[in-house]
Amino acid sequence: MVRLEDGLSLECGEHIPLLEIAYCTYGQLAPARDNAILICHALTGDQYVAEKNPLTGKPGWWSRMVGPGKPIDTDRFFVICSNVLGGCLGTTGPTSLRAEAGAAWDSDFPQITMNDIVAAQVKLIDHLGIGRLFAVVGGSMGGMQALTWIARYSDRVFAALPIATSPYHSAQNIAFNEVSRQAIFADPDWHKGRYRDFGAIPARGLGVARMMAHITYLSEEALNRKFGRRVRQAGVTLDTFLFGEMFEVESYLRHQGSTFVRRFDANSYLTITRAMDYFDLSADFGGDLSLPFKDCRTRICVVSFSSDWLFPTSQSRVLVRALSRAGANVSFVEIESDRGHDAFLLEEPDLDRTIHGFLDGAAEHAGLKKVQN
Amino acid sequence: MRVDQQIIAEMITPGSRVLDVGSGDGTLIDYLYRTRKCDARGIELNMQSVTQSVAHGLPVVHGDADHDLAHYPDDTFDFVVLQRTLQAVERPQEVLRQMLRIGRHAIVSFPNFGHWRLRLQLLTTGRMPMTQVWSTPWHQTPNIHPCTIRDFVVLCEEENYTIRQWLAVDEDGAKAPWRRSVRWANLFGEQALFLLSRS
Repeated sequence: MVRLEDGLSLECGEHIPLLEIAYCTYGQLAPARDNAILICHALTGDQYVAEKNPLTGKPGWWSRMVGPGKPIDTDRFFVICSNVLGGCLGTTGPTSLRAEAGAAWDSDFPQITMNDIVAAQVKLIDHLGIGRLFAVVGGSMGGMQALTWIARYSDRVFAALPIATSPYHSAQNIAFNEVSRQAIFADPDWHKGRYRDFGAIPARGLGVARMMAHITYLSEEALNRKFGRRVRQAGVTLDTFLFGEMFEVESYLRHQGSTFVRRFDANSYLTITRAMDYFDLSADFGGDLSLPFKDCRTRICVVSFSSDWLFPTSQSRVLVRALSRAGANVSFVEIESDRGHDAFLLEEPDLDRTIHGFLDGAAEHAGLKKVQN
Repeated sequence: MRVDQQIIAEMITPGSRVLDVGSGDGTLIDYLYRTRKCDARGIELNMQSVTQSVAHGLPVVHGDADHDLAHYPDDTFDFVVLQRTLQAVERPQEVLRQMLRIGRHAIVSFPNFGHWRLRLQLLTTGRMPMTQVWSTPWHQTPNIHPCTIRDFVVLCEEENYTIRQWLAVDEDGAKAPWRRSVRWANLFGEQALFLLSRS
């Protein structure tokens, strides 16, 4: 964890007086400080990318991708992953104490944007004494951060891998997020965001929000294959008294919802989903998506998944065409998968090959030392 | 690498910016980067080939000649290469225009439909010819716009393109001795290779 006493000025005009960033690192920073890869996590992800998560006890969310000899090889690269601004796992967010007030921000936490989230990462990279990152890698909201990096700090990133993402949050994406937020607002324990003052958490609302969002991360085919219409006998509760039994998919979603509530804060969820909704790289450029990438020298590899309906391939294609218009060095792969948006977190050999090969090729162009076999 | 690709590579100035449309497994762009220090990129329709290329560290975009060239600005490249693909695109004339808009030079190779074997088959059997080069039956072929060397020369004249260099090559890629006469090349050349520029 790093404490930055000069804080962070936000796009909305507010200033956070004390900025704390929680992060994990893996591998060794080369003497030339040229082998650092920043991994940006998704909406509900965290900094524990390749190690046991102390909160859930589960392995890191991308431990199959990051490690010695893995596609993002920590024998070769120095990997950094930080908890995003507005998060609830150590980086300044709604659950952090306000320096001056002595109490948590809670619902007073200012509205942040993807630019603010990345600006906080820039401060961390500065603090670590790294002038230029070798690569920025991220899926979903992590991909939005990777795109923000190359749009705003292209000269500080040699290569970028935005995966299963989009250059703007679409109306459908915003609509899904709004349903999640309304579920939280409708919870009687919500108390207009001051729930901690009442010793409560809006667990049902946050759980429902997570259940709904989780459906959007999967595909119809993946759900059918995993659960079909199988039914199970449930223990006797108020719900099962009415219905007797329940579908396995229902039980799965309830489990997803209830475990999420234990590890995530509702105000953080609201803050970050809103930051995603505001995300539109072309907004400051009269709607021309190629302008933010003008003079972009970063080598970029865009990856999408064929069954992703949250960030469909069509959005990646819009991005790739804009990058081509800007003359950027871009690669684009659509990976055939029936597992929906979540495919980037799962065992997909084509994704592993793509990430490994792209980073390898980029390393060669960057003049990084060959890995010792 | 195929010999015709070798000939294409020889036409390309070292250190130049190259777009290979229909880059396949990326052999040409890899060769151009390694031996000629070119900034070479690819567009490829077949996703498996794209994944393979990117996994080898080559910059390749999944896309096609008909729809994706329009997104590049004027003069982005020094050379735009189209290997054995012109006959399979939806609008060959438009693809050529785009190639010579985004690139200063275009290198185009295509199988010659004027080859004597094809002429003879059509004449004697009255059916669509099938050879080693034109190997799929008419109802399955992706080659929707076959043309002959003479057809191509006429198109270049109409569009006001300068033919800087041209030659006929055999299927195994060897240079054929017909390069002096369009008429002979059109009869005996299996493949044609043209280096064009704007007039």
